[in-house]
Amino acid sequence: MSDTAVVLSESEEVKNTEKTVFGFWVYLMTDCVLFASLFAVYSVLHANTFGGEGGQQLFDLPYVLGETMLLLTSSFTCGLALLAAQRRNKQQVLFWLGVTAALGLSFLAMELSEFRHLVAEGNSWRRSGFLSSYFTLVGTHGLHITFGLIWMITMMFYVAKKGFTNAVSKRLMLLSLFWHFLDVVWIFIFTIVYLFGARGI
Amino acid sequence: MFANLLGRLHWSSLPQDAITRGGAIMIVVLGLSALVALTVTHKWKWLWHEWFTAQDPKKIGVMYIVVSTLMLLRGFSDALLMRAQQATSVGSSTGIVDSYHFQQIFSAHGTIMIFFVAMGFMFGLINLVLPLQIGARDVAFPFLNSVSFWLFFAGMGLINLSLLLGEFSAAGWLAYPPLSELKYSPGVGVDYWIWALQIAGVGSMLSGINFLVTIIKMRAPGMTLMKMPMFAWSVMASMSLVAFAFPILTVTLALLALDRTLGMHFFTAGAGGNPMMYVNLIWAWGHPEVYILVLPAFGIYSEIVSTFARKKLFGYTSMVWAIWAIVLLSFTVWLHHFFTMGAGANVNAFFGIMTGVIAIPTGVKIFNWLFTMYRGRIKFATPMLWFMGFVVIFTIGGIMGVLMSVPAIDYQVHNSLFLVAHFHMMIVGGVLFGYLGGLTYWFPKIFGFRLNERLGRYAFYGWFIGFLLAFTPLYILGLMGATRRLDHYDASMGWQGLFIVAGIGVLFLAVGIAFQVLQLVVSIWQRDQHRDLTGDPWNGRTLEWSIPSPAPVYNFTTIPVIYERDAFWVTKQMDGKRRKHYEDIVLPKNTGAGVWIAGFAFAVGFGMIWHMYWLAVIGLVGVVVTLIVRSMDEDTEYVMTAQEVEKHENALARRRMAV
Repeated sequence: MSDTAVVLSESEEVKNTEKTVFGFWVYLMTDCVLFASLFAVYSVLHANTFGGEGGQQLFDLPYVLGETMLLLTSSFTCGLALLAAQRRNKQQVLFWLGVTAALGLSFLAMELSEFRHLVAEGNSWRRSGFLSSYFTLVGTHGLHITFGLIWMITMMFYVAKKGFTNAVSKRLMLLSLFWHFLDVVWIFIFTIVYLFGARGI
Repeated sequence: MFANLLGRLHWSSLPQDAITRGGAIMIVVLGLSALVALTVTHKWKWLWHEWFTAQDPKKIGVMYIVVSTLMLLRGFSDALLMRAQQATSVGSSTGIVDSYHFQQIFSAHGTIMIFFVAMGFMFGLINLVLPLQIGARDVAFPFLNSVSFWLFFAGMGLINLSLLLGEFSAAGWLAYPPLSELKYSPGVGVDYWIWALQIAGVGSMLSGINFLVTIIKMRAPGMTLMKMPMFAWSVMASMSLVAFAFPILTVTLALLALDRTLGMHFFTAGAGGNPMMYVNLIWAWGHPEVYILVLPAFGIYSEIVSTFARKKLFGYTSMVWAIWAIVLLSFTVWLHHFFTMGAGANVNAFFGIMTGVIAIPTGVKIFNWLFTMYRGRIKFATPMLWFMGFVVIFTIGGIMGVLMSVPAIDYQVHNSLFLVAHFHMMIVGGVLFGYLGGLTYWFPKIFGFRLNERLGRYAFYGWFIGFLLAFTPLYILGLMGATRRLDHYDASMGWQGLFIVAGIGVLFLAVGIAFQVLQLVVSIWQRDQHRDLTGDPWNGRTLEWSIPSPAPVYNFTTIPVIYERDAFWVTKQMDGKRRKHYEDIVLPKNTGAGVWIAGFAFAVGFGMIWHMYWLAVIGLVGVVVTLIVRSMDEDTEYVMTAQEVEKHENALARRRMAV
């Protein structure tokens, strides 16, 4: 057997990419079921405030709208990064990924500061079933964002070091799928948790 | 400081009573002697390079089955203890274990049998057979496959560690809250349960994705979906269920863990928690899980019955529709596990009707198999015996299931031994018989020799008779009012006789298992007499029999082109000699990254169980770093050139001639 790295033909590469992207879609669907379960749990428990404050008193809509805008913009810049990758423009990819990561990081910072305020005011996850499910649903999304950021920074490193090999291009595509997916999940969180919650639905 | 580092771990965590100590000592002795044997014979390197780092699905499949077999023995010894306890613990006698240990034993029995026997055995067989059946050289993501196996292994490690350190859950195999909450189960038992399942469960979910993609994207040219072997269909259906159901389990376990470690209130009895939500969630995964296990077994039966009846499968199309009907319906019946929770008459009626309806596609399948046998020239080889045993037991058990789907009847037998008898008939008679039959059937393809038929028959009869003896009395006991999980009852109940009969049944089962061990030993001993020289020992119909046994690492020298169902059978009928032609083959390189990831995952689980949070953090960082390091390596494949393939094929042929 030969020791050099295997070079696959163009059609095999395309097939491989197709397979991986499809597999990643299936993974995203399982993640979708995961979030769906958390949403179901939240909707069962959202009124169980156990004498504490509910969403109407706790949620600060303009603040959350700020978070939402950061995340939506980051999805847009992530798209720009992918377009640049198609043009194989290393500088632009690094720039736009950097912007995306900065936006994601700011989103995460805002979310954590929101959590900190809640906890400081005695509304931690220990307070009630409602708050347990709130922290878990929103926190799981935040955890996904965190892993997305680690992935994104790793990819920036690869792009800088290796350029656009097949593996790197493929992973950039998967990363952007992941990032957009998290955006969609956030839209649901914004609607069901914050908008409905703030109006006491 | 040091005490803090160890979390809850303390000298007193070591086993304190005789039976647990005995089990612990046995595990330690067996483990140590295995380690010593490996060291003395210098097999570590071989084990690491040939097996632990293997990416070949056939090797991963063998590892799954070895682990599952060991776990079957462990789960079965729990069963022996339970039967012994219930046969003797009557009136003034308290039997052989106290009630707290009895609770741990039945919790461990259920958990191990479902997660580490049935699931492992299933993934093992799928790994062995699926790529061969669809004319593929590998699964879609070989590395992911190895990660899945090792996560399964790590979960298995945790659950067995509970015997040595601390205790296991005493809250039943599904750990219903509020009993499983911190307040009522303050020990580490439930945490062991949570993390063993969580880690193994993530592995299962990744496997589900992997095989689904394999089937959809990697079939040989010409093999349209409706030309796939029935086993491939059943795996596709089962893996779709995995993809939809396992995330629910992940969430449920995580929420229970959050309740227990961070003081949240998802399922607590107070503070706005809702224990009934847990029961709904766990069964929204748990009922599909039953079908995840049984569908591949159905696929195996389909292969066995058409091979040994020497006929094509009757009603292929209806079989496919039946499978997918079951997939859909399996998500609409979960509430029948808790009719008595009081969801109201209309809700119960809906789920009762859906449960009854799911018997229809299942019945379609039973009749299809029977019609396949009809006017076939049946060969009563061991796999066929397992199939016929299955038809008897599964049909009886299934009818009892339909009976219980009527909520009014369920109120009478809920939580009784009647239910226990029913689901053992489904899981043992339905699932395990299929896997054991499948293992006998495909064994020569993997190892190159057949298992001893006579001993196989004895083993089957031991299982069959033992099973009926062990579980028929439980139906009667259930109707007499015996609830499940009893560690003691009054002599005046008049149950002891039947419990003793059930105990004798388990002894018959033990004889069956002994024959299986003997069968394996004798078959290896006499392997030269049972060599499979043709690659087609049963006169098979599907692609896996078209290649030599044992199957080479690349499966197919050239990827076959498919024109018909039962592709290999058609080729044989046309007496077409496939011309030999060799090509370069790309294969994945071995890697130990899967072992590392699972090792770190194990550390996460162990750290969380014992509140050694620093260890959990190290484990998590370890998983992420290993993944990143692995992703840097773009040199993960190697080429076997056409000449090397030819040389390999010729060597295999020479070895066969030598026998």
